[in-house]
Amino acid sequence: MTALSVTNLCKAFGGLRVTRDVNLRVEAGERRLIIGPNGAGKTTLFNQIAGELTPDSGTIEMFGQDITKLASRKRTHLGMARTYQIITLFGRDTILRNVTLALLGLSPLRWNPVIDLEREQHLVDRAHEALASVGLSHIAERPLAQTSYGERRRVEIAMALAQSPKLLLLDEPYAGLSIDERRDVQQLLMKIPRDVTIVMIEHNMDVALEFAERITLLHFGEVIVEGTRAEVVDNPRTREVYLGE
Amino acid sequence: MSFAPAGFITVRRVALAITFALLLTLPFWVGNSYYINISSQILLYAVFALALNVLVGYGGLVSLGHAGLFAIAGYTAALLLDAGHGHFVADVAAIVVTLAASAVFAVLALRSTGIGFLMITLALGQIVWGIAYRWASLTNGDNGLKITTRPSPFGLSLNGAPAFYYTTLLVFVVALVTMILFVRSPLGASLRGTRDQPRRMNALGYNVWLIRFFAFLFSGFWTAVSGLLFIYYNQFISPPIAALQTSAETLLMVISGGTATLLGPIAGAAILVIMKNVVSSYIERWNLVLGIIFVLIITFMPEGLVPGVTRLWRKGWSTLRGRKPEPEARKTGGHGS
Amino acid sequence: MLRYIGFEEARLLAISSFAYGGLLFLLSSGFSLIFGLMRIPNLMHGSFFMLGAYFGVSMLEKGLTTDALKAIPKIGGAFNFLPSFTILPPNFFLIAIISGLLVAGIGALVERYLLRRLNGQELPQVLLTLGLSFVIADLCLMIWTGDPWQPATPAELRGVVQFGTLFFPLYRVAIIGIAVVIAVALWLMVDWTRLGAMIRAGVDDPQIARVCGIKVSQLFTLVFALGAGLAAFGGVVGAPYLSVYPGLDADMLPLALIVVILGGTGSLLGALVGSFLIGLLYNFGQAMVPDLSYVILFLPMLLVLVLRPQGLFGRSIP
Repeated sequence: MTALSVTNLCKAFGGLRVTRDVNLRVEAGERRLIIGPNGAGKTTLFNQIAGELTPDSGTIEMFGQDITKLASRKRTHLGMARTYQIITLFGRDTILRNVTLALLGLSPLRWNPVIDLEREQHLVDRAHEALASVGLSHIAERPLAQTSYGERRRVEIAMALAQSPKLLLLDEPYAGLSIDERRDVQQLLMKIPRDVTIVMIEHNMDVALEFAERITLLHFGEVIVEGTRAEVVDNPRTREVYLGE
Repeated sequence: MSFAPAGFITVRRVALAITFALLLTLPFWVGNSYYINISSQILLYAVFALALNVLVGYGGLVSLGHAGLFAIAGYTAALLLDAGHGHFVADVAAIVVTLAASAVFAVLALRSTGIGFLMITLALGQIVWGIAYRWASLTNGDNGLKITTRPSPFGLSLNGAPAFYYTTLLVFVVALVTMILFVRSPLGASLRGTRDQPRRMNALGYNVWLIRFFAFLFSGFWTAVSGLLFIYYNQFISPPIAALQTSAETLLMVISGGTATLLGPIAGAAILVIMKNVVSSYIERWNLVLGIIFVLIITFMPEGLVPGVTRLWRKGWSTLRGRKPEPEARKTGGHGS
Repeated sequence: MLRYIGFEEARLLAISSFAYGGLLFLLSSGFSLIFGLMRIPNLMHGSFFMLGAYFGVSMLEKGLTTDALKAIPKIGGAFNFLPSFTILPPNFFLIAIISGLLVAGIGALVERYLLRRLNGQELPQVLLTLGLSFVIADLCLMIWTGDPWQPATPAELRGVVQFGTLFFPLYRVAIIGIAVVIAVALWLMVDWTRLGAMIRAGVDDPQIARVCGIKVSQLFTLVFALGAGLAAFGGVVGAPYLSVYPGLDADMLPLALIVVILGGTGSLLGALVGSFLIGLLYNFGQAMVPDLSYVILFLPMLLVLVLRPQGLFGRSIP
């Protein structure tokens, strides 16, 4: 089964063509890495897949369903979740509340104007579980403003995981992390079960190589090379445009 | 809040109980009907300020058009009473019409947020003022509309100051309870989420627009109720009620007390109503005072009085118990944007 | 409710509409530039218009003599040492320009010492201008009382002017002329001067402009003062036509708002077109549907909001 299928996707900002006829097929359970130097159009591609940008032409399908024109929030309800390269969290709330909001987003309870959210034990329990899976349960009650950058990166991932996605989009989950923190996040991502398909963006090739099974190399909005880890690394064009050799 | 000292919560409960007891017995210890009426005014404006705070404080949407909605409720009731309808019909219709107007306001203003939202609501409020002022054949223009009776639910007359006070208090308590429920509810949490990270909320599966729309209607409902209290209190309504100044005054109640708290708008309403009555009895220059307070609060105490005092109180409480004060949460800018 | 009008009346209404539109342009061009550059609607813009008009009528009434200075309540005593003489002849347009300069100075002070404190916090800045508008309104009421003032039309601009077989009130034609001159001057400044280039850069991207070495904060002060001065100048020019009264500020501010939402923020062309459109709507509306004339003014704004939120000539709402 194909988890994500992008066909002939194009997007231009004025005269600048940021996505040029991109085709992408990610099989269910796959770990796909999308790499490319800064400005290659990775995040733009992601934003179109996630529904935050509308493509000029082309189609996007998720598990066989055409989602090209579907609102971003509806894609979430179909099983897509994403993290942001620039941390986008609720700075006035606790870590627990951040994750609870992620869970609530998929629950019909979110329209309820009278019940007490803090007493919805099943939501709170599941939020704790998600936090435990990223190793943050001991500081669940801490206000986000008092957490470190590395902890916030993990909250981003916990929020995406809490939504039990079928397709997980990770936008540079290692950005700004120290070597130790990267290793922690790496281990965390390795533990995600196979029923979750993962597409990850990273511009720094070596940190994510270990994780990826297939790699797509994007350059100036175009897919240049695609294949297994070894194929892409050995491809002379990769070295040319990306590794700068 | 989970990180407040445990003693603080108990103290707050006791303070709330005392306040409530004082409010309940107010006509007996105040005596003078002038002061009872001022208390009614405070409570009715507190309902209005709480309604506005839903958008300003929890939704991050600053409306300068709420005076328009407030006036629509008052005018609708006055016009229907004038046409010979009963109080029940007039009141229900006033709320329905105001809710419909809120929906129109929301659809137009929610095309934008921030400054755009503020400008559109200002313009919409101004339209209501224009109708009230210029469409004289309907609204009696500058002369305004009078109503002659207050309703008497279950045969109880509301003509006396204490009777009207208790009605207002009852409405106020109901409003406050719905606010407390709303703030703790999932929908309330969602609304705050759309204030802080609308993009993220969308990605998490929330319908940001619809959440804001509901918040606008909720706010519009209590604005309508406070508008009804106003028309029954004054038994008169005229175009200045719909003007920008009324919106600005109410906004000042919200921000002077502290946005996104429930106590803030209530304290703000009390401060402003008392000040307006005191200042007006000495000098004519209420607008000048209003403007200066506005400028001072925005420049020097943007957090509002209630959060400011709460912070000092917590600090004092901790010092009293020989503890170090809790570290303050850093301002929201701590994360990337 | 609808009243029909004949050709003769329509012709007069048209000329009034353009004159009114000209005044609106003086008011809203500055509002638009401030909005474009500083990203805030200046809610005391109507106050600047009214304040300028009051300064103007006072100077026209008392003349620009040292005796008039001494007669100012409270602070007039400071001028007692001066002998009695006429500082400047009481020329209407000279006074309009002086009013403009005075209010521009006030605007500069407001920007430099109040708005600057809240740099980057747009909402508090807007609310600050709202608070100041109340202060100015009440001060004006205190100084100039609640009675309306209407200065006489300058002597040389009374009477009518003839185009072909048609006669038009000269002063209204003059207002249109002034507005066109100012519009051309502003356009030349924004499109052809270094200052204009800096303003355009600031409107497009304040951060990049700052990086490029433009002192954006000085630019803010300058543009804010310019906008305030233009509004005040418009207030004086409009005084023989609109008169000056408490509440003039609250009448004008929404009009500036409508014009700018209509035309698009930061766009001078938008402000010009929007002003004339609202001028037409205002005058014809008042003649034809007096009850709803004020409400009609807002209709094009609502249409634009729904169909083209960035305004007719704007790029996008900031």
